[in-house]
Amino acid sequence: MSILLYRIDERLIHGQVVIGWGAELRPSRFIVVDDELAGSEWEQELYSLGLPSGMEVVYATVRDALAGLPGWASDETPSILLTRDIESMVALGAEGGLEEVAVNVGGIHHAPGRSDVLSYVYLSDQDREGLEALDRIAGEVSARDLPASPKVPLQSLLKTG
Amino acid sequence: MSEPEPVKGILLAHGSMARGMADAIRRIAGVGEEALIPLSNDGKGPDEILQELDQIAGEGPVVIFTDLFTGSCALTARKACFESGARVVVFGTNLPMLLDFVFHRGLPLDELVPRLVSRGREAVQSAPPGGG
Repeated sequence: MSILLYRIDERLIHGQVVIGWGAELRPSRFIVVDDELAGSEWEQELYSLGLPSGMEVVYATVRDALAGLPGWASDETPSILLTRDIESMVALGAEGGLEEVAVNVGGIHHAPGRSDVLSYVYLSDQDREGLEALDRIAGEVSARDLPASPKVPLQSLLKTG
Repeated sequence: MSEPEPVKGILLAHGSMARGMADAIRRIAGVGEEALIPLSNDGKGPDEILQELDQIAGEGPVVIFTDLFTGSCALTARKACFESGARVVVFGTNLPMLLDFVFHRGLPLDELVPRLVSRGREAVQSAPPGGG
């Protein structure tokens, strides 16, 4: 499998992903699935500044990624796939593409209506429903910000209060 | 003729770095809290950081200092400057650069920013083995 990490992280390409996970997984390609970013060249340039030279990056809409996923998952290029939100990852799994995949929740931050679950995960009721939907179509859902951090299972994330 | 508005400094960095550096600047330079405003990315998404930055920055001239050239802090700082000619980002912040900033906030941005970058670079030195 050439997609080594499927990650939900609002910051998309940033230090934890490039340096922390990059050093562990040695990817050659980042696949960023985000409808808004796929349509904004100047923002793509900003995000690309955070990548080591020679790193391939693909910016795709959810729709384009659904078509591209089987190819990315089976080709030879070790990759990290990122979405900004839970909904995009759920949409990516709509056609069965995540059935055997472990999805990593790496960064969902504070916003109105969300409460803290971990220092890097804040969830609203809607977010919890999204994660449950993701759990139904993915092999595994858990949270971990960095490779050396403990993996937090979905059931712990869904607990409230 | 009225004095030009002093440049506002915002230090945006990972974890507790911004607070620690701003505290060090106040202790060394004896300046007030308004001279350099620390902002951490801790627990915040890009939208929240951008909102805070915009709120603190206001309309006048601003230098946003960040720790790294890339990453979520740097990216958000660049976005905050995208539609404003009165905001500049300086990456790779160090204390000598910040010290120079708090004493020269009256300079226009086009003079101040190259000066800060130069001060920051000049301050990165090494000593030979054994002390030297």
